[in-house]
Amino acid sequence: MDHRPQAWGRPRDDVYGAYDASYLQTSGPKTATQSPVVTGTSVIAIKFRDGVVMAADNLASYGSLARFTDVKRLRPFLSTSVVGFGGDVSDMQFLDRHLTELAIDESYEHEHSENPAKSQLNAANLHKYLSKLMYRRRNDFDPLWNQILVAGFDSSSKPFLASVDLRGTTFTSPSLASGFGAMLAQPIMRRYAATEEDAARLSREEAVNVVKECMKVLFYRDARSLDRYSIAVVTKDGVELSEDEQLEKQSWAFAERIRGYGTQTV
Amino acid sequence: MAMFSQNPLVNGPNYSISDMPRVNAPEGAREHRFDPYTDNGGSTLAIAGADFTVMAGDTRLTSGYSINSRHHPKLFKIGGTTADQKDATIVLSVVGFAADGEALKERLDAICKMYRYRHGKPMSVKACAQRLSTILYQKRFFPYYAYAILGGLDEEGKGAVYSYDPVGSYEREQCRAGGAAASLIMPFLDNQVNFKNQYIPHSGEGHALLERERRPLARHEVETLVKDAFDGAVERHIEVGDGLQMMIITKEGIEEVLLPLKKD
Repeated sequence: MDHRPQAWGRPRDDVYGAYDASYLQTSGPKTATQSPVVTGTSVIAIKFRDGVVMAADNLASYGSLARFTDVKRLRPFLSTSVVGFGGDVSDMQFLDRHLTELAIDESYEHEHSENPAKSQLNAANLHKYLSKLMYRRRNDFDPLWNQILVAGFDSSSKPFLASVDLRGTTFTSPSLASGFGAMLAQPIMRRYAATEEDAARLSREEAVNVVKECMKVLFYRDARSLDRYSIAVVTKDGVELSEDEQLEKQSWAFAERIRGYGTQTV
Repeated sequence: MAMFSQNPLVNGPNYSISDMPRVNAPEGAREHRFDPYTDNGGSTLAIAGADFTVMAGDTRLTSGYSINSRHHPKLFKIGGTTADQKDATIVLSVVGFAADGEALKERLDAICKMYRYRHGKPMSVKACAQRLSTILYQKRFFPYYAYAILGGLDEEGKGAVYSYDPVGSYEREQCRAGGAAASLIMPFLDNQVNFKNQYIPHSGEGHALLERERRPLARHEVETLVKDAFDGAVERHIEVGDGLQMMIITKEGIEEVLLPLKKD
């Protein structure tokens, strides 16, 4: 009898011959984290008069499989900013842990300061931090496979919204959308906030309605999306995050008019 | 015998699930399917005058067919003492891959600030130009994918434009266009700034035909030229548009102008 537990329950070499382990070896270098695996789809956000609205659905897909249907992709930071993640979910979770640590350090650092809200990291600072982190990782050829939106306020207390992606590319705009949202939601949001001036005239209610409408359009047309989503509103009073919203007033009437796919013969 | 041959101490593990370390890949090697570069489009332009330099760039940021932002500046003041760069004398324009452009700008700005701190005077454009070349060449084998143009006034107060390739080759020029629409704008500049292929009518036959006399352009002429160049580029290149950011460097300081371009 073979006394080594790792041999138990396996074909015996003296009966079957040694297993050709080369079948299990992938030759060549390590390929882990070089492509996304479990992914989140679009994140969308729009600025308004006194803050920013952001939304993302609660789905984490495994390829075309809707794998996890209750994944929170919006994350508040120090209750003054919101970070929204698209792309690889494990990289999102890594960043989430990292940001939690950062937030705790920040809170201790400024525990006794007169005005903690002023001295702590604001959304603009946080975005700069994340962009440096992402750019560093791309330089190391070990990217975090995400597109991230950061919403909150800058140092002059104006609404702030900016994006950073896996290559460290950063940009800002009155409205932003990642992934499919860049094609489907961004044109709708730009109708309401083409410029900073337009965004500054938008009320909170209008902004929330535009975002909800965009989430609906995304659910209609993005096959990797879900009708359950999270929505966050950042204002000077803090972050209001609702993580279990349901799409309302869907109308699939348009689907009947679509020809050329499926089983119709016309 | 067969049973004893399984002894791991003698022959090593030989079970179907092997913990054997991989031997055919070098230590720490990774497969690079990740492409660290993209092109974010856009175009830049710089023209040196007798006592001024005009730098310009559009403000569109693209990736593929998508417009990421309609207001993303490509022009940066370099080497001022404060965050708002109000006492800066040099302007850098970058176009190509936006993240590398941003990193390059921050490197050069930090170096210019350190120079000012150590020497108690701002860096000259000539020195800054040489340093920028060095920064780019230091990353020769993982380059900053950015086409840089540096503008300012030289020691005699004349307009100076230095243009670069991504690995740091550079030269001082009268004018230069960079980025997506460079091939559309540059020939226009050759003709309008350096008066290439312009002859005085009826001044002679064949080789005896006299070239038009070259003269430095006035500031208002240059500004119109820049706007015309970009209006032309916007018509023919999809990655150029939205806004035109212009910086005019004179001995009084740097003036910034923002003009609209077509948003389609």
